Amino acid sequence: MPHFAKLYNFACWLTQDRVAAEDLVQETYTKALKGFSSFQQGTNFRAWIYRILRNTFLTTEAGLRATVSLDSDDAVPEPTTTETPASVLFARFEQTAIQKALEELPVNYREMILLCDVEEMSYQEVAQALGIPIGTVMSRLSRARKAMRVLLMAGTEGVAR
Amino acid sequence: MNCELCRTNLDAYVDEGLSPEELGAIYEHLRTCRTCAAEALAHLQMKRETRAAANARFTPSAAFRLRVEKAIQPERKPLWKIGALPVWMHGVGVAALAFLLIAVSATVSARHAANDQAIAELLDMHVATMASANPVDVVSTDRHTVKPWFQGKLPFAFNLPELKDSAYKLLGGKVIYFNHSPGAQLLFELRKHQLSVFIVQERPGWHPFRPASAAVSEKGFSVESWTESGLRYVVISDTSPTDVHGLSELLRAAASQ
Ligand SMILES: [Zn+2]
Repeated sequence: MPHFAKLYNFACWLTQDRVAAEDLVQETYTKALKGFSSFQQGTNFRAWIYRILRNTFLTTEAGLRATVSLDSDDAVPEPTTTETPASVLFARFEQTAIQKALEELPVNYREMILLCDVEEMSYQEVAQALGIPIGTVMSRLSRARKAMRVLLMAGTEGVAR
Repeated sequence: MNCELCRTNLDAYVDEGLSPEELGAIYEHLRTCRTCAAEALAHLQMKRETRAAANARFTPSAAFRLRVEKAIQPERKPLWKIGALPVWMHGVGVAALAFLLIAVSATVSARHAANDQAIAELLDMHVATMASANPVDVVSTDRHTVKPWFQGKLPFAFNLPELKDSAYKLLGGKVIYFNHSPGAQLLFELRKHQLSVFIVQERPGWHPFRPASAAVSEKGFSVESWTESGLRYVVISDTSPTDVHGLSELLRAAASQ
């Protein structure tokens, strides 16, 4: 199954629950198979299937709870810092500190980081997967990364040099 | 370009989302502005570290994969029967087939993933060994001490190479459990780099490793793997593939003695 392990990893990060992630992935593949005729050959399959997963997630209970923040960028206060403080420059963060920060991010920021940094999708692909304009991808990603840095700084016990 | 514009473009810079002109402009600025250059480096580092921390953090169980495979398996109609389906079903059949085609190519990558998973597991063991205060249970540079230590602990025996005239040094070994079977992990050193050699029994019908034996890079580590007389050897290290290959050659020569 295409992208199976990656989708599962993404689903776990979204739901923060292994059982819910399994349900989500299984439903994604079922829907993908059913709706495969709507997939246009030559367009991006990865973005398409991630979009199915993400839209399915939005209809789950956890997804509904997250929806509040998902499509509104106002729900999350803008991090005040624009500069990366010197303490973060060149700091090596423990993997666990990064994982914790990622878990604490609001879902709309977390999925942004996951698609861009972990899946290494292009802005175009992310826009397709989330169904938002490229400009929104860029501005939300920038905010997501700032929020991530703020969280990492807050947990300075995770900083190792 | 000024600093403000540079900062706005840093995300797109690390995401390779800049046009050639924008890229040229930002390079120009980064060459002359140390503050922005430091910031750019921090961005790059952050992206890399995030990927390392979050990618494959959760892996699906084999049972779950099987369950989904079963769930989406359309009734397997032979290709030639598709034409005999009622007209209204043609669309369904074609979609299912097209999906299966993607699924077939994915099966290949699933096999690849199984290989990756086996390698990843051994990689983890290697990294854990590096981090451990007591990396090995038998500490000796002498193969005549290390080899007999494994006797009675493993259901198989293996040969260790003579390293007197080589740059490699034996550090010791320990018993590991891989895929529910005991195996050997041997630790070697080369120019301050440590190399793990894993030896496990091959099982009939169980092929988690790629057949190729060439040393390749996986996540910054070099890996070489081969089988010999029913044993699977995997050499892993953060040294170059050439160094890993060198030790592999010595082990192969010893095994055929
Ligand atoms: Zn500058």
